[in-house]
Amino acid sequence: MSGHSNYQPKSAFGKWMHERLPIMELVQGQLLDFPTPKNLNYWWTFGGILTVMLAVQLVTGIVLAMHYTPHVDMAFDSIEHIMRNVNYGWLLRYLHFNGGSMFFVAVYIHIFRGMYYGSYKAPREVLWMIGVLIYLVMMVTAFMGYVLPWGQMSFWGAKVITNLFSAIPFVGEAVTTWLWGGYSVDNPTLQRFFSLHYLLPFVLAALVGLHIWALHVPGNSNPTGVSVKSSQDTLPFHPYYTMKDSFAIVVFLLVYAAFVFFSPNYLGEPINYTEANPLVTPAHIVPEWYYLPFYAILRAIPDKLGGVVAMFGSILILFVLPWLDTSRVRSGSYRPIFRQFFWVFVIVCIGLGYLGSKPPEGAYVIWARILTAYYFIHFLVILPLIGLLESPRPLPSSISDAVLAGKKPMAPAE
Amino acid sequence: MKLLKALALAATAIAVVTGGASGAEDRKYARDVSYSFEGPFGTFDKGQLQRGYKVYKEVCANCHAMKLVSFRNLAEEGGPGFTAEQVKALAATFTMKDGPGEDGEMFDRPGFPSDRFPSPFPNEPAARTANGGALPPDLSLITKARVGWVGTFNQLFNGIGGPEYVYSVLTGYEEPSEELKKEQPEGKNYNPYFVSGHWIGMAPPLSDGQVTFDDGAPNTVDAMAQDVSAFLAWAAEPKMEERKRLGFMTMIYLAVLALLLYLVKKKIWADQH
Repeated sequence: MSGHSNYQPKSAFGKWMHERLPIMELVQGQLLDFPTPKNLNYWWTFGGILTVMLAVQLVTGIVLAMHYTPHVDMAFDSIEHIMRNVNYGWLLRYLHFNGGSMFFVAVYIHIFRGMYYGSYKAPREVLWMIGVLIYLVMMVTAFMGYVLPWGQMSFWGAKVITNLFSAIPFVGEAVTTWLWGGYSVDNPTLQRFFSLHYLLPFVLAALVGLHIWALHVPGNSNPTGVSVKSSQDTLPFHPYYTMKDSFAIVVFLLVYAAFVFFSPNYLGEPINYTEANPLVTPAHIVPEWYYLPFYAILRAIPDKLGGVVAMFGSILILFVLPWLDTSRVRSGSYRPIFRQFFWVFVIVCIGLGYLGSKPPEGAYVIWARILTAYYFIHFLVILPLIGLLESPRPLPSSISDAVLAGKKPMAPAE
Repeated sequence: MKLLKALALAATAIAVVTGGASGAEDRKYARDVSYSFEGPFGTFDKGQLQRGYKVYKEVCANCHAMKLVSFRNLAEEGGPGFTAEQVKALAATFTMKDGPGEDGEMFDRPGFPSDRFPSPFPNEPAARTANGGALPPDLSLITKARVGWVGTFNQLFNGIGGPEYVYSVLTGYEEPSEELKKEQPEGKNYNPYFVSGHWIGMAPPLSDGQVTFDDGAPNTVDAMAQDVSAFLAWAAEPKMEERKRLGFMTMIYLAVLALLLYLVKKKIWADQH
């Protein structure tokens, strides 16, 4: 991971250190001087935003864990103890709770950006796959975190999701019992979820390290999708992108703060302010908003095992996206047909999210089935076909040509 | 974008046709109340919280616990604004069971400000037995646990309507229609605002003039319902004023920082565009 710099230690200590641990060379080469395409737009700032959100979640989470009690009789009250008695406990908890949601807002924008600009295509397939893995681990982590306050939706959400594993043929019951640590969602479940909720963010941090490593081998993709050809096409990461990212991060924090301070419970379920009661089932069991599209897919299939397979399949299919898209043009800006289907796909995902929040009855079920089918058709039929059939617009000869011509590629907002 | 437009149009058309599918519940949404604590700068009305506490103490507390709230909270900043002495005297009027003492026996003592509000029933079965099988919920978080109305954007701009829900239930008892009366369960009352299906175990708890306020404020059912729902909103979110104050400063700080960063970024990038 060296290169991109002609680091020469200046001080005697720097020289001494360089011979033993060349960390300053790494910092200079990968963080400061790293050549970055000069045409990255603001959709590219979400990587930095996500890194900040991971750090916020880690810091607030570690402090919250100092005051939280993972026990079915005390968890709910310990959260309220944090809210009422711990100094700035309400702030820590609202930051952590809303931070989870904002983390997913950022990751969804990041993923859709990658899809629009074809960032998953060669030579960035591994980078993309590590990203999908990060998203999966994020979902598991957030799910376990939502169980910890031990409210009604914590409990019943945990019950519904863990019950999915009972659909596995032959070993389903055994797997579910193993996950629960007993014959129902109970204290052993809560305690292991707490343990794993503390562990997984560090796994995430490691995966993010790999993600950045895999990014720094081929370098950033860019809105034209044209590879970097000369130093004319790039700028050093610092100060150009450190400043651009910082600005975007602070704007993102403004939105985050608006929720934390002025509408801190909007993104949660009110019923989760009622302590878990295994004897009272809530009228509608809904997951957090960021799972809703997958929840819709799960319920769209009339068969339990089929629903579980479809739900996991809808995420796992992202792993093979680099090979499903047959087009050799990366950026959607130069693919007129693909671009339309991309936006249809975005609308379908939002539509699935809406349907996931509705009870599974009547027209909602029919629509969920149509959109679920479309979701898979998009990946399995539409993407491979338009790659073969569409004739892309001419690409600029280089990034710097595109910038100089003032023909900045269209932003996805168009 | 022809395809896109056609699809959007089709989706809208179908949404309109099927929209009414699940809206046919007979639960009434809460009536809106204009509280002092709404909006980004709203604060609690101390007098109202004090009156609300009195309504809770004299009426609600006969059946409903508030086990997350301590007497000392009543004197904390951003709350009803009782003085520390008032709270001490108030807590001492309650008798608390404590112990075991040196002789191994439980004993009674006067309450301290650090004590939680005492619960009216020792446990859930006792509460159910005394209330015809229904369980009076703990009120510590009730305004955050109940919604007065629905709608993604409605709730974003108007809140979930938790305090309004409490107000509407307290003031919303009606005489059921003859048809409904036939299915009226024993000991239940008709209240179309109630969250779990219009038959509520609680009899109308308030009547005009029931609680006398020291400040001479009106004590109609409507006024008392507003006061006690405001008190419960504070009890559920006692740090609200601190939160909004800190939030305002944070937003200004971040906005200024964003502006400065934007200018720096613009200057650095000036030679590139």
